[in-house]
Order: sequence, then C-alpha cells, then structure tokens
Amino acid sequence: MYEILKKKVWQEEKPRITEFEVDAPEIARAHRAGQFVILIVDENGERIPLTIADKDAEKGTISILFQEVGKSTMCLGKLDVGDRIHHITGPLGKPTHVEKFGTVVCVGGGIGIAPVHPIAKAMKEAGNKVISILGARSKDLLIYEEEMKAASHEIRVTTDDGTYGRHGFVTDELKAMIEEEKIPIDLVVVIGPPIMMKFVCKVTEPHKIKTFASLNTIMVDGTGMCGACRVTVGGKTRFVCVDGPEFDGHQVDFEEMMMRQQQYLTEEKIAVERCEKQTCHKN
Amino acid sequence: MSDEKQTQGAPKAKPKKPKIPRQAMPEQDPHVRAKNFDSVTLGYADEQALTEASRCIQCKKPLCVQGCPVSIDIPGFIKAIKEKDYAKAVQVIKETNLLPAVCGRVCPQEEQCEQKCILGKKQEPVAIGRLERFVADYEAAHGEAPLPELPPKTGKKIAVVGAGPGGLTVAGDLIRKGHDVTVFEALHKAGGVLIYGIPEFRLPKAIVEREVDYLQKLGVVFKMNHVIGKIRTIYQLMKEDGFDAVFIGSGAGLPWFMDIPGENLNGVFSANEYLTRNNLMKAFDFPNYDTPIKRFKNVAVIGGGNVAMDSVRTALRLGADNAYIVYRRGREEMPARTEEIEHAEHEGVQFKNLTAPVRILGNEDGWVTGLECLKMELGEPDASGRRRPIPIEGSEFVLDMDAVIIAIGTSANPLIGQTTPDLKLTRRGYIEVENETTCRTSKNGVFAGGDIVTGAATVILAMGAGRNAANAIQEYLETGEWWTPNGDGEK
Repeated sequence: MYEILKKKVWQEEKPRITEFEVDAPEIARAHRAGQFVILIVDENGERIPLTIADKDAEKGTISILFQEVGKSTMCLGKLDVGDRIHHITGPLGKPTHVEKFGTVVCVGGGIGIAPVHPIAKAMKEAGNKVISILGARSKDLLIYEEEMKAASHEIRVTTDDGTYGRHGFVTDELKAMIEEEKIPIDLVVVIGPPIMMKFVCKVTEPHKIKTFASLNTIMVDGTGMCGACRVTVGGKTRFVCVDGPEFDGHQVDFEEMMMRQQQYLTEEKIAVERCEKQTCHKN
Repeated sequence: MSDEKQTQGAPKAKPKKPKIPRQAMPEQDPHVRAKNFDSVTLGYADEQALTEASRCIQCKKPLCVQGCPVSIDIPGFIKAIKEKDYAKAVQVIKETNLLPAVCGRVCPQEEQCEQKCILGKKQEPVAIGRLERFVADYEAAHGEAPLPELPPKTGKKIAVVGAGPGGLTVAGDLIRKGHDVTVFEALHKAGGVLIYGIPEFRLPKAIVEREVDYLQKLGVVFKMNHVIGKIRTIYQLMKEDGFDAVFIGSGAGLPWFMDIPGENLNGVFSANEYLTRNNLMKAFDFPNYDTPIKRFKNVAVIGGGNVAMDSVRTALRLGADNAYIVYRRGREEMPARTEEIEHAEHEGVQFKNLTAPVRILGNEDGWVTGLECLKMELGEPDASGRRRPIPIEGSEFVLDMDAVIIAIGTSANPLIGQTTPDLKLTRRGYIEVENETTCRTSKNGVFAGGDIVTGAATVILAMGAGRNAANAIQEYLETGEWWTPNGDGEK
C-alpha cells in the first residue's frame, strides 16, 4: 500500500511543486470532497496534513499535491515512482457540504487550487453553476488549469505579475464579478494561503455571500485527540481536524490562525538545513 | 480471637519472626533521571523478588484477587516465584492478564490488589505490582514465551476498534478462542494510551511493542491508520466486510480546555498534544525525529492527575528550569497515584496547590508570558467526595511562564458516534451499554468498553472491560442472543 504510481513535477524551480498518484484503495473509496489525509514520509517522520487533489475510486488511487516548503515535503519530493510512503491516514475531516446552491465560485490560490478541484467537481455534479478563480504568482506557477476547466463551467485566472489572465489577485477578480459584472453568487469556497482566504472573506462579507474557507493548520494526530489545530471560529475554539477543515470564513479568526502557524519556524529551519546537507533519513 | 487469648496467657510463646519489610524497588537517582527519558524504576533483582515473595502468606481466600479487575491468581504466581519457577509465574499471570509488564508498571495497585492484601492491616502489603513486573521482565529477558496452542478456527470474524489496552485484551482473548480478529487503529502504532500517552520513563515503548508482536504472532491482524467512522463505518464492517461482532474501544481522547482567556496562545498545549509529540512521535529526539517540541524554561501544568504528572515530568526532562503543577485543590485531593506525585516531587517539580488559573498572558507575537492565578481554599465536600475549592477574593497573582499544558481531563471521541446513527450515546457522548459486564450496546453485535463507556479511567479498568466484552462476545457468537434496550432495541 501507499506506493507511488505516478509522479508529476509541476514546477522545478524551488520551492518545487510535485504531484503523486498513490495506491490507497480504501482511502480512495471513502474519500469525499473537502477531506484530507495525514501522512508520514519515513520511519522517523512527522505526521503532516495534506490535501487530496483527486481520486480514482475504481483504480484505488488518490492524488496528493505539495510544495516543498519544509523538511517533510522535501523528503517526500525525493521519492519516486515505485517508492512507498510510510503511512497515510484518511480520509480525515468533514466532507464539504455539497448541495444545489445555485452559482458557486471556487477560489484557489497557489497550490490551494489542488484541493479546490474535488470540491468544484462535486459542486458541478450537484447541479451548481461553478465558476472557478485560480490565482498564481506567475503563469509558470499555475497548476491544475486543465483539471479545473473540466471541473467548472468557467475558469478565470489571475497572476500577481500579469503574465497570464488578470494582472492582480483573486480578490480583484472576485470583486469585479460581484460589483461590476453583478453576477449573483450563492456560495464561495476558498482554499489558499491564510492571508488570501482572509481577504476573500473580506470581499464577500459586506455582500453577505456565504463563504467556506478550508483551513490547513498544524496537526499531530488529525483525529481530534491533541488540539494542535485549534482555531477560533465565531468566538469559540474549534478543531480543524474534526470540526473542519471547512468553516464559515466570516467567523474565522485568521489573525490568530496565522500567529499559531508560526510556532515551529525555528525548528523547521533546523530540520531543513539538516535535510539540505543530505543527512536526512531517506526511505 | 482465641489465638490472641492464648498468646496473652502463654508467656512462653515462640518469639515472633522478625517482620520482613516490604522491599523497596531501586530507582534512578532523582537528579539524574530528571534529565533523561530512561525508566525511573529499575525493577527487583532476583534476591529482592524472592524476599518480597516470601512475605506473602498464601491466604486460602485471597482478598487481593478480588481487588484485581482481571482476577489474576496472585497467590499462585507468587508461590511460583517462591519456588523460583519464574516461567510458571508468568504463565499463571498470563492466564488472565495478557500485559503483565504493562500492568506491573502502571496499575494503581495501592487502590486494588495491594489495598486488599491482609498484611496491609498491620504492616505494609505485599508489593504485588513489583512482583508482577519482575516476572514479566524475566520473561522478556529470557526469550519469548511459548505460543499457546490455538483451537481450530471457528470461521467467525471479530473487529476491534482501537488498539488500546481494552482492544488488545479483547483481541488476545478472542484469538485464543479460534476466531479471526482484526484490530483497527487510528494512529500508525498500536497501543493507544500506552504508546502516545504514558511516557517512556514510566513505560518503555519496547514493552508495548513486544506485547503487540505477541498478538500478531497469535494471528491477530492489525490495520493501522484506520480511523473507523472515516475510512469504514461500523455498519460497513458488519454488513459489507462480514464481521460477526464489533468491539469499540476508541477511548476518551478528546482533550478538555478550560475556556479561559489566552488559551490559544502559542505555548499552550493539551497534555495529549505535549505527550503525543514526545511519546508517539519522539520529539525529545528532534531533529533525529522530525516532530518538533519546544524546550520551554518555565512550564505550568494544570491538573492533578497522572497525566498532569507525566506532562510535568516530561517538561523537566526537556530542560525546564521551573516545572509547576498548578492544581485548584490540595495535595490530598489529587487523583494522581501517590507514587507519581512523590516521584515528581523528588525530581524537583514545584507544586502550586490550591491555585486556579484564570487567564494566560501573552506578548504581541502571540507567545505565552505568564499565568494569572487565584488562590483557593477548601470548603465542604462536593459530589466527588472531595472538598470543593473556593476562590479567595483578591488573591490574584501572576507566575512568569512560557508554556502552559492543560491536563484537566478528556472526553469521548465523537467520530464513531457521529457515523453510527443507531448507536445510543449518553448525554456526554459516551457509548451506552446494557451494563459493564455484558458491554452490549444498543446495536446488535456491537460491544463497547473502556474509556469510551466510562470516561477517562485506568489501563487496567479498560483491560477489565476488554475481558468482560470478550466473554460477552463469545457468548453472543455461541447463542446469537441479544438484549432489548428500553424495549426498542434491535432483535
């Protein structure tokens, strides 16, 4: 189990972005849009939460997509087709609430586009009109464009440097859709860097557009046991792993969440330096 | 009575045998051990074990056995020690207890077998727990225990949810009845609280691994990374995967927080998180292991139970200069074992009793800087029988702190309840059972035991529940009989 069947490098330039198709039949069968996995790369590895970009229940595979921003993802990126990931647990978290809302805008930023993909797909299947906004720093860094095209009725792209699509941020596009094009939007689903999710929520809030934000916090067990992932939602402490990962974005305390994400920066740096010196334990 | 009179009236009575004192167990020096994660207690040598065993008077009606949740033949195994037949001593214990090396270390014997020991009336009770550990360690040091002969396969399939002490006991009992047993564990290692919760210095993980290996050799199948309720539901296990019965031992794993200001600051952890990072993930050996843990200098652990003691002693070992227990009642009221409290004291833990935290203070970067507390005094006993703590007005004070670990208890893990609609839960989310002997839930063929039924308790009580559940499952497999909960259950 957990054998890597396919490897695709979306971006060679550091930090590298890689996608694996992994043999995990039981997870593939049970997975619903919005759920995630926790994996351990090797014997001495840590438990890291990763989103699921796609699955094939019949083939028994899931696709995970990650950017090499820390020690564990760097080690993961060193694995090749035929290698096995040490452990994968999932699917975890509550599935996205999918029903016919009307018009659903799916916003994905950076590698956050990947986990938006199964949600867009499910929303489309449920009879919604799905418009997706994909944001990237630059054209070369845009991932999952074709997949998102297939999963949506329409896609719109923004790049920070203007090399593709609208020159600007996903919030600019969303604002234009609401205020200039006056598209009636029933629901926004957003996944991406916390700062982006925060501003997307700020755009939709005055218009009272329901907005789901899918949070990716520090986790250990991922089953509700430790509370490392806790966030404040509507003034109450919630666990992202079992109460989420999706919450009403207008209620999420993003400032606190971003502050909590900083906890292990020093340790992460130590681990990355060791890994770059090739002293990390490879499978 | 008559014996006493005779003694009084007979001045020439035999001189009394000098009383042999209860044998102390060697331990690492407190100053040394407070800096390492090696086992605190070192176990008896042969001599000590023989001396201690000789104190047992081999009661005809042994009360100690009544005090044991799994009814170990205590005089039986001690007799074998006296005869230096240690292998037999292990066998006697293993007839009823699969995990002697674990129980010898973490059972609260002072509230169970040893509390009932008749010697305890006049002197100190026989050190049953230390002797249990001695024989279990003897077995480990002298090669593997022979595998028992298993009966022919029955063709029945049992699913066990959770590889903690309760689930392991069910698995061990039922595999020996000839059934196929599969254990589903949410984490990547089996053992439950024995692996993620209890620290290495109190229960070496190699011991737990050995016990799990033994079950695997008996044929128990372990499926790690299987969060039941997520990857499979109880319904699917029974209807699609063909399990004839299910035991749920998923534990009380959800940590409580206090709901005081500052609880989401960086540097505030649940005891579960702090201990899991350290025990399951071996963060104390970062960066050789990837999971990080901060080495804080001033650490407050809130709570007075065994988990609080484990956490505060872990903080010391990670290099804390000041490691505090902050507890709102007095030392007498602490639920932790006396031995654990004493060990913590010897190692240099500072106790702030009759102290209740009211607020965690932090800096602009979001890190903990202090803990504001209130002094308490004790009033009348409350529902738990312990004296109720009452705040003393105007007694607020601040302790400088860079980490706060919350060890005030846990509640039921909701994942199975949420995904098994026909499973009745109590108001607090625990699984309702007919009673703790039959362990039968409201769902036909589904049994439950341990913390998920009782709320957080001890390893041995979960094992006792596992034993009961295994018997009940066996009976159910033979008779197919079920019960009618409140007249509306399934038949």
